[in-house]
Amino acid sequence: MNLFNGNADFKMDVLREVGNIGAGNAATALSLLLDKPVDMAVPTVSLVPFEAIAERVGGSEAVVIAIFLRVEGDAPGNMFFILNREPARRILRGLLGFEAAENDDYSELELSALNEIGNILAGSYLSSLADFTGLHMSPTVPSLAVDMAGAILSYGLVQFGTMGDDALLIDTTFLEGQQEAEGHFFLIPDPESFDKLFRALGVPIE
Amino acid sequence: MTEGVLIKVGMADLNVGTGGAIIRTTGLGSCVGLTLYDAQLKLGGMAHIMLPSSEIAREGQLNIAKYADTAVPELIEQLKRKGASIGRLVAKMAGGAQMFAFANGSDSMRIGPRNVEATKLALTQLGIPLIGEDTGGNYGRTVELDSGTGVFSIRSVQHGIKEI
Repeated sequence: MNLFNGNADFKMDVLREVGNIGAGNAATALSLLLDKPVDMAVPTVSLVPFEAIAERVGGSEAVVIAIFLRVEGDAPGNMFFILNREPARRILRGLLGFEAAENDDYSELELSALNEIGNILAGSYLSSLADFTGLHMSPTVPSLAVDMAGAILSYGLVQFGTMGDDALLIDTTFLEGQQEAEGHFFLIPDPESFDKLFRALGVPIE
Repeated sequence: MTEGVLIKVGMADLNVGTGGAIIRTTGLGSCVGLTLYDAQLKLGGMAHIMLPSSEIAREGQLNIAKYADTAVPELIEQLKRKGASIGRLVAKMAGGAQMFAFANGSDSMRIGPRNVEATKLALTQLGIPLIGEDTGGNYGRTVELDSGTGVFSIRSVQHGIKEI
């Protein structure tokens, strides 16, 4: 798929910075919520085959907690905040102060808390991105699902589906202290949004 | 004998198998897992359909396994090449869920139900009876077709295993 007409390495760097700024603000928000340090890895930006996207979070059948929202405005796209079960439990414990369910039977309160966390994080990701680019970007109301990673992520690939079998993914991993990855932020801009992002950031478009 | 063989079908992919091979696709959300089966030859095929119609395609080289309107004829063609008779083929399908609910349901958000409708339309046009389905809902599914028996099993996180 030819998303970029030249300058591809530079454009990938620019998108990495988009992930850095967005997720950096989201990590700060999460750290404030949990009252403990939250680190993030350097974002990866890559054209990923549809099949391989779910591998990032444990495989197509791995059960994950996902908060999905659609980005609307000048540069539309799809955004996921994805947690595995153990980190979700830790976050709930840290935030609500009680033991979350051992199995996948989350209570209304737990689901609503997770949804709100996703909402806050995605909001801070997007608002910093909107400030940085000067583009209007607003999130839809988030929606939460606890299900197979493949089933969840394929939902964000529809816009890329008409163009090929890969999607451009800006992936940022959260780490809590020295622990394993806590969660992932996936931003999948619609194919049409890249030119707008690049133009807003002053990248020359041939 | 091909018993015990596992044939994987990826996203926007299709494949056929025979003699007891298991054909599996994992993590169906809004996508549709369609299977066609010829009981006489113990021959089956599966397509993991991602989008309803190739008319919306903007890709250079069309992946015909991706769209309902192109995947159904292609799957039939591949089964016919293995000796299947179109008159014996029966269809079962699962998937087409709406994983997330949104108040302002734009068309791209309704992709699951549209995939189901388009797949059914393609089957009807080609005269293939649909004898079992487990579609819709808001949950993911992993599906398997046993090419030895034609049994189609559907596994989900919330509902366990179901056979049709």
